[in-house]
Amino acid sequence: MSNNSSIPDISKIKLEYRVILNLIPAGSSVLDLGCGDGELLNLLVKTKNIRGSGIEIDEQAVHKCASLGISVSQQDIEGGLSDYGDKSFDFVILNQSLQQVVKLEAVLKETLRVGDRVIIGFPNFVYYKSRLQMVFGGRTPVTPSLPNMWYDTPNLHFLSISDFQAYCRTRNLEIEKAIYLDGNRTIKFIPNFFAQTGIFLIRNQK
Amino acid sequence: MNAGENREGIGLVETKYFAFAYPHNELTLESGEKLGPITLAYETYGTLNSDKSNAILILHALTGDAHVAGFHEGNHDPGWWDNMIGSGKAFDTDKYFVICSNVIGGCRGSTGPSSINPKTKKPFGLDFPLITIKDMVDAQYHLVRSLGISKLLCVAGGSMGGMQVLQWAVSFPEMVKTAIPIATSARHSPQQIAFNEVGRQAIMADPAWKDGQYYGHGAPSRGLAVARMIGHITYMSDVSMAEKFGRRVKEERPEKKFSPDFEIEGYLQYRGDNFVKRFDANSYLYITKAIDRFDLSNGAGLEKVFKSASGIKFLVIAFKSDWLYPAYQSKEIVRACKQAQIDVSYCELNSTYGHDAFLVEVEEQEHFIKNFLRRISDE
Repeated sequence: MSNNSSIPDISKIKLEYRVILNLIPAGSSVLDLGCGDGELLNLLVKTKNIRGSGIEIDEQAVHKCASLGISVSQQDIEGGLSDYGDKSFDFVILNQSLQQVVKLEAVLKETLRVGDRVIIGFPNFVYYKSRLQMVFGGRTPVTPSLPNMWYDTPNLHFLSISDFQAYCRTRNLEIEKAIYLDGNRTIKFIPNFFAQTGIFLIRNQK
Repeated sequence: MNAGENREGIGLVETKYFAFAYPHNELTLESGEKLGPITLAYETYGTLNSDKSNAILILHALTGDAHVAGFHEGNHDPGWWDNMIGSGKAFDTDKYFVICSNVIGGCRGSTGPSSINPKTKKPFGLDFPLITIKDMVDAQYHLVRSLGISKLLCVAGGSMGGMQVLQWAVSFPEMVKTAIPIATSARHSPQQIAFNEVGRQAIMADPAWKDGQYYGHGAPSRGLAVARMIGHITYMSDVSMAEKFGRRVKEERPEKKFSPDFEIEGYLQYRGDNFVKRFDANSYLYITKAIDRFDLSNGAGLEKVFKSASGIKFLVIAFKSDWLYPAYQSKEIVRACKQAQIDVSYCELNSTYGHDAFLVEVEEQEHFIKNFLRRISDE
């Protein structure tokens, strides 16, 4: 890791990460759940000088986090976040991991307890190309944001952007910001149809 | 950079001895008793930099000693963590000044029950006061200060060494920048105490033990060897024993009905017999008791005890097959760190070696330790 101390070129970062970087003010404290190889946390540390730590279950991914100098705990988030007190972080990130947890509601509740705000990113299951594959191809959709076949997907929950918006209403969660992406561009028009990814900034309603 | 590049051995080293706690300045132990004068054996590797900011203190397990790396003159066996300490290794002696300290109560050059009691001019035996992990660390504090070091870049160790690491962080937080407790616990569990008690009973059941006054009469070697055999069983795992020995039997027929015939039996006897040549039975009693009594949380929550250590960065390492110091004990340390707002990293490494993994699973540990220390040095 020869260049891990240099400041990354923002324009070269993938859009999904740029969106999340923009949601987090400099100097914040951030917990990334399912932080993978630590790339997002590393960007946040380098560009926003955040105080960050991650939780990741995969040993190889934890290994890579260590290479980047990220504070990471090799743990399972399914068991909850009882290690942390209420509002321990300004932001908790659940990017592309929410749809993979078994006890989704319990985990979500925990993130809202330990974080002041929560950033959630997930693949939109009813993206128009998915709909086409289902309706006309009669097959379970495979898209860039849902790249796995039905038999080897890590995803347990298949949700749409509209599903998540409705869920937030029933659970009294305030959506402060929502950004929708289709690959490398943002989508404003009928995102539930045209976006592959939804990124939400949510908090408990006051 | 690949692990394994530019790795060089330390070469020849010598154990040094630090004496302190002379009359009127004795060390006050946790029990309230005073001990002195005290000798502490230690070794150092690498060079202390001009602002004395690159010192790393390595702490050893129950039967370890100050000889952690390199070779002693005329001896072919390297130090007990030689694969982790040296040029280009996890604790890189090109960058860091590495100190390894022995413990009081031991028998490897430091003051313990086999040392001469200045009052009687005979070995202490059971007149030696009970010591604790905190007492060991208090003694090491004097050694570190005598080297002119006011802040350690890192304190690291496995098993009982890990307990000393935790105690350092709590006793002298202002002197510790980072802490690496490995395969350890903040307090001994009933199961851990139980195994140690069987070891102690084996020693005390040996008629040669004579209430600890055996010096000059022949040591309770059978009892100590049995204690060591039990220890070795707990340091391995079902898988590692099966891989190493299986159910293989020795080629020659046993001389007597119950002479060892399985290889694992022969191995345990061999380890037991070797151990008694280098270790004192009373030290085994004193040190295992110190380990068993260790409870850093002291009845309160561990996170409360850690509050004073909030400036220290932690790297906690556990091993999946370690059933003597199971990962849940490391997770308790991690949890307390998080609740005390301590910057902590935790990894649970895959290994089949059981508790011994911290001594042999070098590559993975090296990766985590090297990157952790580099991050700290970059700050």
